[in-house]
Amino acid sequence: MQPYTKHESIAALMNRSNVDTDQIIPKQFLKKVERSGFGVHLFHDWRYNDDGSDNAEFELNKPAFKGAKILVAGDNFGCGSSREHAPWAIADYGFNTIISTSYADIFYNNCFKNGILAIIVSQAQLDALMAEIAANEGVKFIVDLENRAVTTPAGNGFTFEIDPFRQGNLLSGLDDIGLTLKHVDKIDAYEVKHKQSYPWLWV
Amino acid sequence: MKKTMYEKIWDSHLVVDVEGQAPLIYVDRHLMHEVTSPQAFEGLKISGRKVRNPHSILATMDHCVPTKNRDLPIADLIARKQIETMAENCLENGLNLYDMKSPNNGVIHVVVPEHGFVHPGMVVVCGDSHTATHGAFGALAFGIGTSEVEHVMATQTLPQKKSKTMLVQVNGELSKYSTAKDIALAIIGKIGTAGGTGHVIEYAGDAIKALSMEGRMTLCNMAIEAGARAGLVAPDEKTYEYLNGKEFAPKAAMWEQALAYWKSLPSDVGAEFDTVITLNAADIAPQVSWGTSPEQVIGVNANVPAPESFDNEGKRKACESALAYMGLTPNMPITDIKIDYVFIGSCTNGRIEDFRSAAEVAKGTTVADGVTAIVVPGSYHVKEQAEKEGLDKIFIEAGWEWREPGCSMCLAMNGDELSKGQRCASTSNRNFEGRQGKGGRTHLVSPAMAAAAAAAGHFVDIRTL
Repeated sequence: MQPYTKHESIAALMNRSNVDTDQIIPKQFLKKVERSGFGVHLFHDWRYNDDGSDNAEFELNKPAFKGAKILVAGDNFGCGSSREHAPWAIADYGFNTIISTSYADIFYNNCFKNGILAIIVSQAQLDALMAEIAANEGVKFIVDLENRAVTTPAGNGFTFEIDPFRQGNLLSGLDDIGLTLKHVDKIDAYEVKHKQSYPWLWV
Repeated sequence: MKKTMYEKIWDSHLVVDVEGQAPLIYVDRHLMHEVTSPQAFEGLKISGRKVRNPHSILATMDHCVPTKNRDLPIADLIARKQIETMAENCLENGLNLYDMKSPNNGVIHVVVPEHGFVHPGMVVVCGDSHTATHGAFGALAFGIGTSEVEHVMATQTLPQKKSKTMLVQVNGELSKYSTAKDIALAIIGKIGTAGGTGHVIEYAGDAIKALSMEGRMTLCNMAIEAGARAGLVAPDEKTYEYLNGKEFAPKAAMWEQALAYWKSLPSDVGAEFDTVITLNAADIAPQVSWGTSPEQVIGVNANVPAPESFDNEGKRKACESALAYMGLTPNMPITDIKIDYVFIGSCTNGRIEDFRSAAEVAKGTTVADGVTAIVVPGSYHVKEQAEKEGLDKIFIEAGWEWREPGCSMCLAMNGDELSKGQRCASTSNRNFEGRQGKGGRTHLVSPAMAAAAAAAGHFVDIRTL
């Protein structure tokens, strides 16, 4: 995982609630056995016309949002299935930050495993950010994870809360499994106890 | 301190809880299918790690498998490769796999309970959001992403944040025509698809106690559609009876030992929940979803809502766009909605009880002109049992197709799908845009409601039949 560094990037606006993982990456693209190459399929059914051309109506196809790394979206983003293909597609497309009022649990976890910072803001903050983008498409925000701060040209900046463990992992780009395996002696000890307490699980 | 069932399971599975790090919890059972596992195996291989406890894993093939012409090679080459990769990965790592040819094959969340692989008090994970199904046994069961699948394979643990607890109390008695599916939909209609976010739901009350194990599985299955991490039902005599004698259930003296433990699991009387929701079962009419989110659901005897009936701007907009996508007009009766397709199956409603209740309605009827109706058993064992009871004949005589097991039209990955604009009465769990095929329109219902719609060509209130 790439360490997450402070950046100034275009913020794209997706003013929709309950964006589900079936929209983020439709099921026909879940058959691949690789982890890469999903970006081209991100939001496929909304993004492309039936003939495969870009749907000009779809917000992320706006020229002003090209190269955006920040996605500002409505509440309950990422609801639906557990498919990690959703954050894979988001990251592969180029986003490394999402800002919304809420996320579905599994999606939220999956983001942090893939270097994506999912920021939670209040409804009022979201409304202000959305209004700022709508008034000035192509506007750039600065995201500073170390100081848990977002700044915007119109002064809608804010600081956000994030679990320090997630913050640390994103900043360092550390592998979760390696971290857990530092506790392998505790896992071993737990298993010894587990076998005594629940022997029927081990036959 | 009085504890909820969730807290008891959490506490007994805590492996590491140190400052500055997410708590690590132990995983007893790991379920797998072909779609969310290949990249995890690849990651394991690249890092030179091994599967820590192969015996904790049970795998199947379900999402991409064809439901007809199973003898032929899978025509979709990418899907075929995914299936082959699953077989190779399981062989290489010594995992128990019910492959496409196995008599035990079927949808993971239907197969696992059939073999008694999940018991009360366990922590169960799967790279699949509908893992919540197994909460029906009083197990903490939840969906994880592929990175987490790899994590569990390598460490048998998972970093987790402790969830909040929600009690959903369903009092009274369900009407004869309403089912666990209707309870699940009514709850989501009430609290919304984000209503349970950050929570583990415990379902309780007389209406829940009265449900069969199959019904409890249907209910817990859709906890995820309410946004919850997991759903739980306290184990009781029905749970023990269901498990007793199953392949992976404890035997002899160990059964007694396990039983004593299981009986200690239900929430203590007076344990406190962070959130409490109460419903009256008698008020729950057979439900039909009208929109593109499971929370957009209403009783069959009601009308399609108008956007202005919502007091919140977001919901108004969501209603407008859902009605446009679904091709419905505000205030039209639900029973006027004509359908083109009917799908009975999935991890939500693909168990024997579901086919019995649908067959009861389908018996002696004929599928309406212009309607395609398919029945997809959740597993080969369900199929076999249904055939033993003659249910297949009832469906076939009524003009339905009787298929091989798989996820099929629940997510339409295997080629079973709607065409643009087609409308389906479906017993599955999600009515998202394009879920059953691009441009397809999904209405979530119970099996009996689906069967009634198949015969009429539109939704009908089964209470009036």
